[in-house]
Amino acid sequence: MDKAQKDRRERYQQMVREATPQPNRWRNAVMAFITGGAICTVGQLLYNLFEKVEPSRLETTAVTQAAMIALGAIATGLGFYDWLAERGGMGAAVPVTGFSNTVASAAMEFRREGYILGMGAKMFVIAGPVLVYGIISGFAVSLLRAVLTGSLF
Amino acid sequence: MSKRLGLQTIVFQQAPRIASCSTIAGPKEGEGNFGSYIDKLVDDPMMGQLTPEKAERMMLYLACQDALAKAALTEDDVHFFVGGDLLNQIISSSYCARDLGIPFLGIYGACSSIVEGLGLGSLIVDGDYADSVLVATSSHYQASERQFRYPVELNIQHRKSNQWTVTGAAAAVLSKSGTGPKITAATFGRVLDYGIKSPNDMGAAMAPAAADTLCRHFADTGKTPGDYDLILTGDLAAVGQKLFVQLVKEAGYTLGSKHMDVGASMYKPTQQVGAGGSGCACSAIGILGYVVKEMLQGNLRRVLAMATGALFSPVSTQQGDSIAGIAHAVVIEA
Repeated sequence: MDKAQKDRRERYQQMVREATPQPNRWRNAVMAFITGGAICTVGQLLYNLFEKVEPSRLETTAVTQAAMIALGAIATGLGFYDWLAERGGMGAAVPVTGFSNTVASAAMEFRREGYILGMGAKMFVIAGPVLVYGIISGFAVSLLRAVLTGSLF
Repeated sequence: MSKRLGLQTIVFQQAPRIASCSTIAGPKEGEGNFGSYIDKLVDDPMMGQLTPEKAERMMLYLACQDALAKAALTEDDVHFFVGGDLLNQIISSSYCARDLGIPFLGIYGACSSIVEGLGLGSLIVDGDYADSVLVATSSHYQASERQFRYPVELNIQHRKSNQWTVTGAAAAVLSKSGTGPKITAATFGRVLDYGIKSPNDMGAAMAPAAADTLCRHFADTGKTPGDYDLILTGDLAAVGQKLFVQLVKEAGYTLGSKHMDVGASMYKPTQQVGAGGSGCACSAIGILGYVVKEMLQGNLRRVLAMATGALFSPVSTQQGDSIAGIAHAVVIEA
């Protein structure tokens, strides 16, 4: 690429930056806070409910997680979750319901190519990287902790 | 008189007629600004089919059948079917061609396919290689979304520069004789790449190609914006059309109210679609729905119809390649 061509490209990309409307970051942040907060409040309410039946903290946490994952998947199936995410942005994407949505939406989408090569193979097409890097970083942090404290638990 | 004019333009001596055309689209397009120009609106974008891919090819087939019926032709009277769409290996067009049984020339120009098709079809008719040519194209929101982007139900917050793929199809029969509008010239465009890498910014990737083809057309033919009632672009949408008008102005042409972008005008602001519509059916509905109908009513006399395409695939963008653009133009006269 010669210099004139490069200059033209750079000048055009500057034009594009000026022409592209910027997202309303304040509005998005407030909406994300409300949406994420609302989802977490539902989680907390469920936790308080489950705590009455199962006093063990570890068990209650696990059951609450499972319930939220189920809720996320159901909301996805009903076509509600993408509507929520369009408004709530990261507030809908970050909680575990958002993770559930990535799996459920991919499962719904690729079911048409069959249960094995479609749904089975592509269910984690979006969630896969979250799992891979979640496990790797979890392992790294645990290793660091073990080295620093001299204890595995 | 030479058939070629300047560097990129072809003038048709026996200008082919658009003998008939047909458009079909989904409910969202029906509620949009072009709803009244679309021949058949369906309530169910899935057309009762199990997959959006099957729904898309069904729409394409219905548009083709309707165009043939309006021209009072059967499949055997048509010598070529020129078609293209957005799906991998242009399956919508291929399966439609299988069902039609007309000799098929598959093309891929992304969203510019309709004008590429009209231009090629006109070459065939003008060259006396066929009496009639069927040109058709289609796109489908759900089918495109899963191929180019994400699952439909995924938690995505769309940007203001995002475009919405139009669900629909359009077909036209080009004939030597008849009474419809004439295609008098075509300017086939070059592929231009200004280094835009974001698939969320397709309008920006295509605008330089559209400006280039338009300026080439003016230079080749000696015409100016004043010679046309309307200069139509396919699916640059809000961001792309702003850049396009700016680039054309820098080249010395002021378009003003002569210019309209189908993508930017497809949906109403209340329909929440980011920068506007896109897809093969977007420009096709603009040209074969809006322009042809307005011409038949005598509201437009001479139109420069352009369609732009973003030439990329998810593989190329993930590998860091930039998105190239292309634009073709045809002159349609009443």
